[in-house]
Amino acid sequence: MSAPATDTRDSALDARLVVQRERWQLDIEVFVPAGGVLALLGPNGAGKTTALAALAGLEPAARGHVRVGPTLWDDHATGVRLATERRSLGVVFQDYLLFPTMTARENIAFGLLAKGWDKHEAGRVADSWLARVGLSDRAQRRPAHLSGGQAQRVALARALAGAPDLLLLDEPLAALDAGTRMSVRSDLRSHLSEFTGATVLVTHDPLDALILADQVAVIEDGRLVQTGTPHEITRKPRTRYVAQLVGLNLLAGHADGTHVSLQEGGELQVAESHHSDVFVVARPTSVTVHRATPHGSSRNVWSGVINNVERHGDLVRLAVTGPPDMVVDITPDAMADLQLAAGESVWLSVKATDLTVYLASADSEA
Amino acid sequence: MTDVAADRPRRHLGSERSPRVPYGLFVPAAIGTAFLVLPLVGLLIRTPWRQLPRLLGGPDVRTALRLSLETATAATVIAIVLGVPIAWVLARLTFRGRAMLRALITLPLVLPPVAGGIALLLAYGRRGVVGGWLLKVFGISLPFTTAAVVVAETFVAMPFLIVSVEGALRGVDIRYDHAAATLGASRWFTFRHVTLPMLAPGIAAGAVLCWARALGEFGATITFAGSYPGTTETMPVRVYLSLQDDPDAAIALSLVLLLVSVAILAGLRERWLRA
Repeated sequence: MSAPATDTRDSALDARLVVQRERWQLDIEVFVPAGGVLALLGPNGAGKTTALAALAGLEPAARGHVRVGPTLWDDHATGVRLATERRSLGVVFQDYLLFPTMTARENIAFGLLAKGWDKHEAGRVADSWLARVGLSDRAQRRPAHLSGGQAQRVALARALAGAPDLLLLDEPLAALDAGTRMSVRSDLRSHLSEFTGATVLVTHDPLDALILADQVAVIEDGRLVQTGTPHEITRKPRTRYVAQLVGLNLLAGHADGTHVSLQEGGELQVAESHHSDVFVVARPTSVTVHRATPHGSSRNVWSGVINNVERHGDLVRLAVTGPPDMVVDITPDAMADLQLAAGESVWLSVKATDLTVYLASADSEA
Repeated sequence: MTDVAADRPRRHLGSERSPRVPYGLFVPAAIGTAFLVLPLVGLLIRTPWRQLPRLLGGPDVRTALRLSLETATAATVIAIVLGVPIAWVLARLTFRGRAMLRALITLPLVLPPVAGGIALLLAYGRRGVVGGWLLKVFGISLPFTTAAVVVAETFVAMPFLIVSVEGALRGVDIRYDHAAATLGASRWFTFRHVTLPMLAPGIAAGAVLCWARALGEFGATITFAGSYPGTTETMPVRVYLSLQDDPDAAIALSLVLLLVSVAILAGLRERWLRA
């Protein structure tokens, strides 16, 4: 958790957002302390951007409330609904939406002028923000003449120039190419750590969530399916989607000592003893593939059929149908040695000590 | 990802540039081009160049020209002030009867101007629906005054501006309004400082079209405003009238209007002719 430098104001976000669509409903609760960064992580169409729109007052909420610090922005019970322009907000849009007719400096000063600031004062604040994001020499450029990374920094400066209580970031890195994304991500991280208000970040990229946020909330189909620190999310995913996001095999089952009977069929030996419903996690790299029945030290051996082969970074990723089903990463060398292809039968093995096991019910955890 | 040639233009079989020409199209295309261009050539050939200074130098010609420029400009200003808000309503709001409203507003585009002039008389004439009231309450009589010229020109030309600005507004992403709202901007501040600047090129193009149409206005003007030299006799009206007694003057005046049109086309080249 990146502690804010000065936490002199109370701008924690406390919200329950219910948005009703024709065949779909968003219903989530979020809490972000002042200085905290919450990432809403989820697949496209999960409702992440709708949640941001509801926080900003751009999307009418069916029920629920939004409270920032002591101020109620939205409350279905009492009918409070603050107009967007009266909320102390900063928003970085996915495609930035920098005003094309204004220079970078004018874009940053816009919010202050809109709030009735004196022109010189607003210009002075804009200049200091240009310096903070390292774009003093681009002050007079129009957005069309800024690179993607520069436009992103101007958008961030524009959102923060008004010292808002709540900062909303909608896929702030999605529009950038891979090379720029790395450096912009670390810049963004340092700006967020200096920001004393609450931040809500929406992303479908787990890396963004893990690096930028100190709390991650995973949304699927308009509901929260898991919340926790980045560490918890990556070590102990609770749904298949989260496991896939962080690149792990997730299996649900019932533990009887170190023996786990899996829901989808099959069984596994694990190192840690439980007597309860559990999740078992296997890294794709710790599973070994064989052409014939292996005679190694692994306690867990089973056969399956390869149903998909694709490149995954420097490795080759095999999707093997079990039970249990398993995603396995092997080197291209091993792939060639074993002469593997989709449709072939293989043997899989994994050591008990390479499996992580934890209780399925969240509340019984320490 | 590692494709070095990725930014070279892609070529596929079938994407070759040269078209397969059906030569039979050339004949009607040539006839059509001649049909459009020959009258202009004829105008240039028959222009009495030697007498041009005398024909155009007369005080009555200069009066007509000045009246045309002034009324067309006034009509354009009114069209901007009234037309931009109409365009905004048509482009940004969804309501019952929007299609009907658009049809009514753009009707003068296709209405024969003479009929427009009659309609103006019936509305704003001395015995008109509004005109009678104006006369009774304020003692104002609109027809056959310079103001009537401006009214007639605005009636005919404003739809050009509305259509142009509405199209431009549809190209301005409404999410800029949302971005402005998140920065604390009121609706009016947003319209004034975000929407209008983004709309400026569309308004400029619409204003030029509107001005050109107003400058050439004849039918509605002569019906509603008449042809009084100095007050309602604009260039097109004078061209028509001088055709009776001084054809050379009519040719010379037409040449002036042609030059103005060419200048307008050159000014719009960037926006309209860059197909």
